[in-house]
Amino acid sequence: MRWKSFFLTAGMYLIIPALFLICWHVAARQVQNEVILPGIGQVAGLLRHPAQDLISMGSLAANVGISLVRVLAGYLLAVMLAVPLGIVMGYYRPVFKLLNGFLSLFRPIPPLAWVPLVLAWFGVASLASVMKVESGPSYIFLNNLKFSMIFIIFIGAFYPVLTSSIHGVANVRRILLDSAHVLGAGRRDIFRKILLPAAAPSIVNGMRIGLGVAWMCLVSAEMLPGSLSGVGYLITHAYTMANTDIVIAGMISIGLVGAGLDLVFRLWEEKKFAWTRMAR
Amino acid sequence: MKESHILNIETLGKTFSTSNGGSIEALRHVDLDVDENEFLCIVGPSGCGKSTLLRIVAGLEQMTKGRILRRGLEITGAHRDVGMVFQEYSLLPWRNVLDNVALGPEFAGAPKKARRETALACLRLVGMESFSRAFPHELSGGMRQRVAIARALANNPDILLMDEPFGALDAHTRILMQKELLRVWEAHRKTILFVTHGVDEAIYLADRILVMSARPGRIIDIFNVDMPRPRRRSDPVYGQLAEKILNLLEKEAALSFGG
Ligand SMILES: Nc1ncnc2c1ncn2[C@@H]1O[C@H](COP(=O)(O)OP(=O)(O)OP(=O)(O)O)[C@@H](O)[C@H]1O
Ligand SMILES: [Mg+2]
Repeated sequence: MRWKSFFLTAGMYLIIPALFLICWHVAARQVQNEVILPGIGQVAGLLRHPAQDLISMGSLAANVGISLVRVLAGYLLAVMLAVPLGIVMGYYRPVFKLLNGFLSLFRPIPPLAWVPLVLAWFGVASLASVMKVESGPSYIFLNNLKFSMIFIIFIGAFYPVLTSSIHGVANVRRILLDSAHVLGAGRRDIFRKILLPAAAPSIVNGMRIGLGVAWMCLVSAEMLPGSLSGVGYLITHAYTMANTDIVIAGMISIGLVGAGLDLVFRLWEEKKFAWTRMAR
Repeated sequence: MKESHILNIETLGKTFSTSNGGSIEALRHVDLDVDENEFLCIVGPSGCGKSTLLRIVAGLEQMTKGRILRRGLEITGAHRDVGMVFQEYSLLPWRNVLDNVALGPEFAGAPKKARRETALACLRLVGMESFSRAFPHELSGGMRQRVAIARALANNPDILLMDEPFGALDAHTRILMQKELLRVWEAHRKTILFVTHGVDEAIYLADRILVMSARPGRIIDIFNVDMPRPRRRSDPVYGQLAEKILNLLEKEAALSFGG
């Protein structure tokens, strides 16, 4: 019985992807043009050997790796700024009034719209140019972290994290704050032991959405001039060389990594914040 | 100000301004002296300002008129020597019972071992030590209230404010909790201000019962309960007192309904 239900659930998960692959296969057969739609086997081959060098572009794995580092740099910056700011804005009404109008003006601007300004400000400057590293492997690494890219990713991640931090703190039950005050909590205690944990589920949810957005900003960031690596670069470059199989393999990698990161967050939420579901 | 007064409430008034620009007068001209180690119960119609009074004494709410002295010093904000058990459920849902009770000593900067010991002792006092690892959502309403009482006691306050702490309990559990509370009060000599809807509960517990009017809340009468403890509900004095207070409250309730 148990095996039967196991296969049933597994089947439920696999049936749509399987249908999708079949359609792809049939379509590729019909089209017979690997620039328009390469076969499954061709793309799978690329994904099976991620460390293999692709003509003049480095390997898939290396490009995904460098993209991850970029996203994490911009993302962590956004989290480090947005979480404290959101907590303060959520708790102190005057601070909220002071900043919210201003910040709301920038919220609707798509990260991509920043590109011209960002290029004017930062050009192709990277961490390497600031840290005055001019050669060696650390130069190659740091030069990949362009300010312009990090800024675009930062903008993408900033608002979801900020908004959810504000809401998380603003919705903390007043009675929790009152009881902490009566028990002798100082300002630091209130922030660290009441506001932060009470708002944590909302903040982490915002961090999860923010990471998703940051990851989505990746391709636009890596299309910026001066970019010579990353999955986004790989995809656009492969497109100009009509290597559609590499384009698709790159897209699939983005999807897989993004879903993987999301899963990590989901597991974290489930483990850490079980009380939010129980405490109704 | 008499030596034995732990609390002097002088011509206290409180007016809330509401979100639509109006104002609500919750308390008017409340004068009250509370003796050291006294058990004082407060009864009054719903919405008459009982919670507001306790919140002001706890330093959580600003008064608009008058002042309150605690041991001769004016109350300006929350203080560890004034504990409070709230009407609503107030435990931190992400902390287990022990860590909830240890909160006060933790804020005071007590070392980990000491605050665990304090917390355990207080949990033992309310008969909850075997649940120290449980989370609040795993407890019944009455158990949560006991933990909330233990949490207030862990700071060893000399004034304990209790806002209908047993309001949500069934009759049987409530009677058990009343006994337990009296035991704690007698063993640890605290001054307790206890808000309740139950006249019966007030007579069972209190040295003095304060009856408040419908909003704006004023003190309309104070009754001394001169019965030795443990009190028997079959005592004729019990019934007579209950009838007097209930009559008074009925008139007030009618007033607050009439407009
Ligand atoms: N923050 C507030 N803003 C505006 N009005 C308030 C506020 N808090 C309380 N009030 C008003 O003050 C009055 C007294 O409220 P309070 O909670 O003290 O009543 P209570 O005697 O405790 O009632 P109950 O027995 O139902 O708990 C009520 O009319 C209430 O609407
Ligand atoms: Mg109340």
